[in-house]
Amino acid sequence: MSRYIIRRLLQAIPLLIIVSVLLFALMRATGDPLATLGGRRQVRSADRERLSRLLGLDKPIGLQYLYWLVGNDWTTIDTDGDGEGDTPGQLSGVLRGDFGTSLVSRGRPAMGIILERIPNTLILMIPAEIIVIAFSLAVGVYSALRQYSLSDQVITAFSFVGYSLPIFFVALVSMTLFAVKFRQWGWPYLPTVGMFDPQVGKTTSQVLQHMVLPILSMTIITIAGYSRFVRSSMLEVIHQDYIRTARAKGLGERTVIYLHALKNASLPLVTIVGLDIPFLLGGAIVTESIFGWPGMGRLFLDHVTRADTPVVMGILMIISVAVVLSQLVTDMVYALLDPRIRYT
Amino acid sequence: MGVAGPNAVVDVTGQNQYQTLSWRRIVWRRFRRHRMAMAGAILLILMILYTLGGTLFFTEADANFNDTTKMLQPPSLEHPFGTDTVGRDILARTIYGGQISLMIGLSAVIVETVVGVLVGALAGYYGGWIDSLLMRFTEAMFTVPQLFLLLVMARFFSGKVPELQLLGRTFSGSVVVIVGIIGLTSWMYLARIVRADFLSLKEREFIHAAHVIGTPNLAVIVRHILPNTMAPIIVSATLSVASAILSEAYISFLGLGVQPPTATWGNMLDRAYNYVESAPWMWVFPGSLIVLTVLGINFLGDGLRDALDPTTVD
Repeated sequence: MSRYIIRRLLQAIPLLIIVSVLLFALMRATGDPLATLGGRRQVRSADRERLSRLLGLDKPIGLQYLYWLVGNDWTTIDTDGDGEGDTPGQLSGVLRGDFGTSLVSRGRPAMGIILERIPNTLILMIPAEIIVIAFSLAVGVYSALRQYSLSDQVITAFSFVGYSLPIFFVALVSMTLFAVKFRQWGWPYLPTVGMFDPQVGKTTSQVLQHMVLPILSMTIITIAGYSRFVRSSMLEVIHQDYIRTARAKGLGERTVIYLHALKNASLPLVTIVGLDIPFLLGGAIVTESIFGWPGMGRLFLDHVTRADTPVVMGILMIISVAVVLSQLVTDMVYALLDPRIRYT
Repeated sequence: MGVAGPNAVVDVTGQNQYQTLSWRRIVWRRFRRHRMAMAGAILLILMILYTLGGTLFFTEADANFNDTTKMLQPPSLEHPFGTDTVGRDILARTIYGGQISLMIGLSAVIVETVVGVLVGALAGYYGGWIDSLLMRFTEAMFTVPQLFLLLVMARFFSGKVPELQLLGRTFSGSVVVIVGIIGLTSWMYLARIVRADFLSLKEREFIHAAHVIGTPNLAVIVRHILPNTMAPIIVSATLSVASAILSEAYISFLGLGVQPPTATWGNMLDRAYNYVESAPWMWVFPGSLIVLTVLGINFLGDGLRDALDPTTVD
């Protein structure tokens, strides 16, 4: 098992390098990060040139990637353009944990900006994922045990529609209903934008209130999709011989369903959830934008539009690493749940 | 196509007469009986009629005409769906925007299918280093979630494609960009399906036979293997139209998609969340049209999946 893990981790290294080369090439060619640097003030062209030399933007893209990966503190930068290096490089490179400094928020390390936002995203995403797993298991099992009954058909119809809904639509409808309409009707209503009301401050109850609508919109769609998976895998399992054996041994219906059937029926869900987790870390970009939630998704959107390579690359690499790791963890959990699977 | 084995209908009189229905007729019969699929097909036909028939009543100039004295007007007789932030008629824009959205969905899927089938077929058929190279690339593309890739690429290509004239109309270059990037970020799943099918099919007797009589590789791929992988390709392509339409809506919604004045259902929603309370008609109409279209395609795709599944027995 441990040899398998080590092999998988080693295989991940070339994969991550391919990913980073592709993304770096795309990002660097994306546009001039200096265009928005001076804000409204005009940047003098001499300053511009000096800056672009200082940031290494005048170098060929291969060298830029190398500086990004291993840093440039082993060489000197030619800031005045006379062909000779005069200033020692400051970057220590991604491999040593330095993602560079943000071009937009000048002077601040990119990693610091990202790490600041990660807790906000996790606060939203972890409860959402727990709700999704709990509800889709409950709905899927309920539906499967009553196959072709009226309630099963109603649930199936709803989940099919829910699965097709775009998240912005659900978000806008829930905002209209729970915030706008509830207020018009004089009922207690929910806040729609931000993480807390600046006049009240960042209290627990404020954050909780602001979490309701984003989580609601994200979970409805995902539950609809996942519960269909749970239903079909549960249906497959409950007609198998070992379930009949378990019943024949005289085990109670509860034990049969929740211990024997559910364990195997939840296997496909493990895979989907495992593939989903890194996406959650990125924060559903759309959800965070609509609800003005200061998480990683919105950070990404804000900085990608301003060609801030260090921050954008940092976010993308964190997500890529998370994808690789969660795939590995998914396979491990799979082996744990299903004794027929063994890795060597 | 394939082997008609389980689908051959045995004459019940016991005489040795086989009446074999053609594959197409079996699929059509199953599809017709699938109520959800038929509902989806009808819904889609209605959507296409809406976007095409609407051109009889409005010109594209109507859709892009802005009257700033009539900003954010609620639905009325003159503007049945209301007007947007610069006073354009939302009804006319949903008609022309719908054409663009549907066209983007279809064209992006063509790009996706071509790339996916090409990568999958080459990897599966040739194996060896070609396979490992292509599959590492596929994995790399899979590693970054699609929306992130889309946003980075939308930034990368924005403004690099000039406006183009087609059928006497002017399209913003961003339409081409969006089609391209959606196609180029969504082929990986299809490539894996096609590769897996090629891997198993290339070991079958009829392929060996084709090699023995000296059929060139290209002919084996195109004429002998590809037709047998059509079913999953058709299903995946159908469902992909829905996700392509959604992808366009997401990028445009986030402001990096098709640029105005060209309308799409997606960019009509851009900034709509600022008007949730004051102008709900701005997002209700384009939003509902997207939902209905996606729903129709998903119903249709699900029905096709059941109808094309060779393991289903009538």
